[in-house]
Amino acid sequence: MASRTESQTPARPKSFWLRYIFSTDHKMIGIQYFLLAVFAAFLGTALSALMRYHLVYPEAKVRWFGLLWPDGAPGGVMTPELYLSLMTMHGTIMVFFVLTTVPQSGFGNYILPLQIGAEDMAFPRLNMLSFWTTALSFAVLCAAFFVEGGAPLGGWTAYAPLSAIGGIAGPGQGIGMTLWVVSIMLFSVASLMGAINFITTLLDLRTRGMSLMRLPLTCWGWLVTAVISLFAFAVLAAAGILLLLDREAGTSFFIPAGLIVSDRILPNKGGSPLLFQHLFWFFGHPEVYIAILPGMGVISTVLSVFSRKPVFGYKAMVYALLLIGMLGFLVWGHHMFTSGMSPYSAIAFSVLTLSIGVPSAIKTFNWLGTVWRGSLQLTTSMLFALGFVSVFVAGGVTGMILGQPVLDMYFHDTYFVVGHFHMIMGVASVLAIFAGTFYWFPKMTGRMMSETLGKIHFFITFAGVYAIFMPMHLAGLAGNPRRYADFAQFDFLRDLTSLHKFITHAALLTAAAQLLFLINLVWSWRKGAKAPENPWKATTLEWALPSPPPIHNFGHESPEVVRGPCDFSVPGAPSDFLMQHEGERK
Amino acid sequence: MSVMAAGTGRRVSFTGLYAFLATVIMFFAAFTSAMVVRRGASKDWKGTPAPALLWVNTAVLALGSAAVEKARRDLRAADRRKFNIGWTMATLLGALFIVGQIVVWRQLRQSGVYLNSHPGSAFFYVGTVAHAVHLAGGWIAMLYLNVRALRLQLGPGRRTAVDVTAIYWHFLGLLWVYLLWLFQFWGNA
Repeated sequence: MASRTESQTPARPKSFWLRYIFSTDHKMIGIQYFLLAVFAAFLGTALSALMRYHLVYPEAKVRWFGLLWPDGAPGGVMTPELYLSLMTMHGTIMVFFVLTTVPQSGFGNYILPLQIGAEDMAFPRLNMLSFWTTALSFAVLCAAFFVEGGAPLGGWTAYAPLSAIGGIAGPGQGIGMTLWVVSIMLFSVASLMGAINFITTLLDLRTRGMSLMRLPLTCWGWLVTAVISLFAFAVLAAAGILLLLDREAGTSFFIPAGLIVSDRILPNKGGSPLLFQHLFWFFGHPEVYIAILPGMGVISTVLSVFSRKPVFGYKAMVYALLLIGMLGFLVWGHHMFTSGMSPYSAIAFSVLTLSIGVPSAIKTFNWLGTVWRGSLQLTTSMLFALGFVSVFVAGGVTGMILGQPVLDMYFHDTYFVVGHFHMIMGVASVLAIFAGTFYWFPKMTGRMMSETLGKIHFFITFAGVYAIFMPMHLAGLAGNPRRYADFAQFDFLRDLTSLHKFITHAALLTAAAQLLFLINLVWSWRKGAKAPENPWKATTLEWALPSPPPIHNFGHESPEVVRGPCDFSVPGAPSDFLMQHEGERK
Repeated sequence: MSVMAAGTGRRVSFTGLYAFLATVIMFFAAFTSAMVVRRGASKDWKGTPAPALLWVNTAVLALGSAAVEKARRDLRAADRRKFNIGWTMATLLGALFIVGQIVVWRQLRQSGVYLNSHPGSAFFYVGTVAHAVHLAGGWIAMLYLNVRALRLQLGPGRRTAVDVTAIYWHFLGLLWVYLLWLFQFWGNA
């Protein structure tokens, strides 16, 4: 890449297409990712609302179900197959297009170059390509709703052999499943491009004085996540190719010999379904950290800003992030305790899994240490950040239970697991997304979000997620299996009907409350109060620019950084915060 | 379009390349582990004895790498004429390798070894095709640089793309040696 001189600084493109659609500006790409993910989040939430409704009213005839899915809901009554396809699509959309997309690709793209004083990402065109590959991947996934047989049934984990043998495995396992695999492979490629861009930008384009140990913790979150993505998505892509060949080319990577499906013996020989699980979870577990680590960075920053205190134990936070990222690659087997693995392997995976509790606890205590005796400003962003800590702990401690093989034997495939991963991976990440949105919206749009609406949204959401997911743990303790479309017909589960009704009502209410966020987003973008340069009196470099920042950010005037990222309440300083480029060089 | 200080662009290109190489290594590591597990999972493993042409292709690839390296050094020494000759040779050798691989796949098919014949053949096809796809990407970059080279648009002060492509090409050469070992020695053992 050739270097340019100042006189060659390109101006903001005038054409609509280059400015808003095929933009190479990291800020526009960040917003594109964000909006794609908001759409995906509402679609994914709608699917889960339908699932919850079906679980408690399995016999209900809903006319428009029948109109939307003539085969999946004949006469308006949802079939178990349709339920499973909704579940699969809900999981896939949420994991990939929401939890992986907003915190890393959305916020990261917009904020990262600003925070390190760079003018853009290292490879702007690759960045654009990465977004449009993600968008294509989303379109391909959604196309599965409209093909013969509908969307796939196998869950977001797409376990072989049922994912590998084609339409014989059920409606949706034909073309729908093929589209799913293609979509996920496209997503992998897009994520790899993104990861290369993030790593290069962070390593090479930091402004003068921005040493690694002066990086805001958000940047550390994005860096570690990018490295994890680089390794994890490559494995998923490899698994995807083998799965696709098993489906389309008659190979037997994952399909065992003598498999009988629908009274037919399949001709395949010798494949290993467990091999798919190993490859998938080698990606799948780090994926959990891809979803949560950028959020951890956001939370550290938000808690520090609104407590007017430095992050407690900055270095420990960095090392904890690195440790979590590393351990995340060594624990995939804990998703497979019930697969018949050797107890010795299970113990090894268990010990490693439980050891993630150490860096996680370091982070939690440091968050508490950060807010302890701070001058708390309970903005909406701060409330969501505090909510994150609460949910992270609540979801984390059940991980300590599931990480033990002997307990997992009982809980595996029950609602206990559903409750656990929704709390720790889903809700915690989503609360971090909300915290980040309220925090950076003024910078991204030049307008403030409504705090009143935001707080109402927070309290309903916070209470709502506990009301939805805590009872699921109880259902799991009672032995309630997951993935069942209708469990009212089992005697031992009948007593749980009222519990499930409660969960469903809480879920519908919480889902509806998300419309408040949508209204807030749209209204504030158009009519919100004008945002000043630094409304939160924060210290990182993005707040040294106008809101929204100009194209190429600081241009050639990139400031020199002279201090760490969270110098609040510095004794003797003229105000209670010092921005990273303010003051004497240390 | 970024506005960067002099030298930053070069550093960025190398970092981007190394990050990319890391992910390619990871991809082939996953592929290898799948191969090892699949072989152990069942008794149906058979090797895929290579047609003799595969060894010729290997030699072509090695020669290509040598030509790339020679050309790269010539460019650094500001000898554009030698660079152009060397780089053009490397581009031709790269094309020859890809054509050679296509012929290898045809020969295998003609002798009745298909993708779905047995696990050994499946991994052979997947591995060699994946390598060829990565190589084709590098070859397109090589061809593009060749056009620029012949227009005399490159020089000792404009050689980052050449260096990056050269390193990528050497990497793919080493990767090929590894795959060859995996298929021919480990796979047939």
